[in-house]
Amino acid sequence: MSTGRVNWFGRGWLAAGYVFLYIPIFLLIVLSFNQSRQDVIWTGFTLNWYRELLVDKEIIDGFILSLKIAFLTGLLSVVLGTFAAFTLVKYSRFFGRTAFVGMVNAPLVMPEVIIGLSLLLLMVSLQNTETFSWISRGMFTILIGHALVGMAYATVVVQSRLQEMDRSIEEAAMDLGCRPRQVFFLVTLPNITQALMSAFLLTFTLSLDDVVISQLLSGPGSSTMPIVIFSRARLGLDPRVNAVATLTILVVTIGVIASSIYLARLERRRQKEMSAAFSADAA
Amino acid sequence: MGELASGHPNVVAPDGTLAAAAPADTHFLRIEKLVKEFDGLVAVDNVSLDICKGEIFALLGSSGCGKSTLLRMLAGFEMPTSGRIFLDGKDIAALPPYIRPINMMFQSYALFPHLTVWDNVAFGLKRDGLPKDQIAERVEKMLGLVQLKPYAKRKPHQLSGGQQQRVALARSLAKRPQLMLLDEPLGALDKKLRERTQLELVNIIESVGVTCVMVTHDQEEAMTMASRIAIMSEGRILQVGAPHEVYETPSCRFVADFIGNVNLFEGKLTEDASDHVVIETPECTHYVGHGITGTEGMAVSVAIRPEKIRITQQPPSDLARPACNWVKGEVVDLAYLGSYTVYHLKLATGMILKATVASVERLPDWQPTWGDSVFASWDEYAMVVLTQ
Repeated sequence: MSTGRVNWFGRGWLAAGYVFLYIPIFLLIVLSFNQSRQDVIWTGFTLNWYRELLVDKEIIDGFILSLKIAFLTGLLSVVLGTFAAFTLVKYSRFFGRTAFVGMVNAPLVMPEVIIGLSLLLLMVSLQNTETFSWISRGMFTILIGHALVGMAYATVVVQSRLQEMDRSIEEAAMDLGCRPRQVFFLVTLPNITQALMSAFLLTFTLSLDDVVISQLLSGPGSSTMPIVIFSRARLGLDPRVNAVATLTILVVTIGVIASSIYLARLERRRQKEMSAAFSADAA
Repeated sequence: MGELASGHPNVVAPDGTLAAAAPADTHFLRIEKLVKEFDGLVAVDNVSLDICKGEIFALLGSSGCGKSTLLRMLAGFEMPTSGRIFLDGKDIAALPPYIRPINMMFQSYALFPHLTVWDNVAFGLKRDGLPKDQIAERVEKMLGLVQLKPYAKRKPHQLSGGQQQRVALARSLAKRPQLMLLDEPLGALDKKLRERTQLELVNIIESVGVTCVMVTHDQEEAMTMASRIAIMSEGRILQVGAPHEVYETPSCRFVADFIGNVNLFEGKLTEDASDHVVIETPECTHYVGHGITGTEGMAVSVAIRPEKIRITQQPPSDLARPACNWVKGEVVDLAYLGSYTVYHLKLATGMILKATVASVERLPDWQPTWGDSVFASWDEYAMVVLTQ
């Protein structure tokens, strides 16, 4: 602010933005320590709800199931997404490419309810056939639903990384004696690990957070954490849900802050090394 | 600049042992009627070339002339539409790049960003399944050759442009290829560094004795580094020759104009003898002191390099035929460039004649300046008659 005057209008808007973003979360955290079971009125501090969490089998089971599904979704999405992205970047022309692009991107724009519903219909019809009668709705079907959406996101992330990568390093690898498969594993893959990690984290989070698809594809005894929270919230306010949410926020916040500090350090070091290296030519 | 590059045959093999200086094998790399089409567009049009063992051969042309496509076909990244490529007698046109005994140095260097300098150089050797101690020995030797031993543990981004270029060179030499391809080897370096690196690069390549084909759009780079140059335009090769040959005796208007500066006069052959010819152009009559293959009356061009033109205050008096090989012009532009001065003379026909005068020749008592009326003349051997 070169004029020295404070721009109160701008500051006001900024404050309003922060309030809008953080008041609900702040409220949730505060209420997780509230003594009152039913009310949003503060009656006193307690850690009771956190203690109760430890013995709440439904929430703990849901949490473990969610983690399992999210982890597997991440893996599956990254593997399938990488293959899809590699195909799209490497081969600019093949039969059915347009249809392939459309199908890969469809889950990004399709409402989740419709994806979930169509998958549910597919599973039910498969269950009625002889060969696939072993399918039962539960972890497996939820995983398929999540991987379907996750793969689309992973494809986008990996594809953009592959596109910005210098393709000549792959030619150089081939020139130095790599067969196409070795090129992929020895050169392409090591150079897109960061994109693979972000794709994994993204799809992991999407899966952990999903209610709609999980709800439609879950069976008896396979409630993920969001389903548990959702069903409890429908029965009225539950401070234990607030406690779960607070813990989740804590973990996410620590994760995000730690990773951004780490990445910023890495980048700073890289810049320093590069500028140091370039002064060598001048010498 | 041409004399700096020498095409001496190899005497030292990459491992330092003395190799017998092979007799000039003119068919070491033989390209026969090579054609490459992209969707009906002809990128390389019926190219045939013979490249000798141990020579540094340059493909020179502006961008889009097909030189890079030709190089990529040698490397195996593009499959020819038709034609054959023989390396040491074997047809390699259908081999994939990972089987060819050819290595390439990429314009962007294409160093593996996730590997150290040492691992970059060792990469090709590991693919060959060489024993560990041999790999280590070879990598050390290569890093010594390009003077990068202290940098072995660095990653590519920790190196300067010049150092990266040397890693790329070491990496492509490490496998002892029979043929090395260089794609604009100095294109990514700034001008000052480029001049220093040109000769360094030639010295390393010659000490190893590998046959090289390089691609460049920079004629100075081609003339400094290569023993022979092929000039390409629109997918075809227009002329092949040593640097002084393509400069002194260009085969056509395009080559004359592409390599260096040239003044082109368009005219007609009026006198055709075995020891001289006379060409009539609107600007003047040219008396050429040697015979050409042509017929009287045919349309020809006369090419004269600016440095072969003399500028005088008085009409020249020492010419073989007093009425020929001189014009009168007005100085419309001049640029003093240190070692020489460039003059632009406007002739009566409106043509602009370029002439350069070396600074050692500048007369102390008379220096032409803007608006001066001067005489430009040249001797009967300064011209090249171009029929196409």
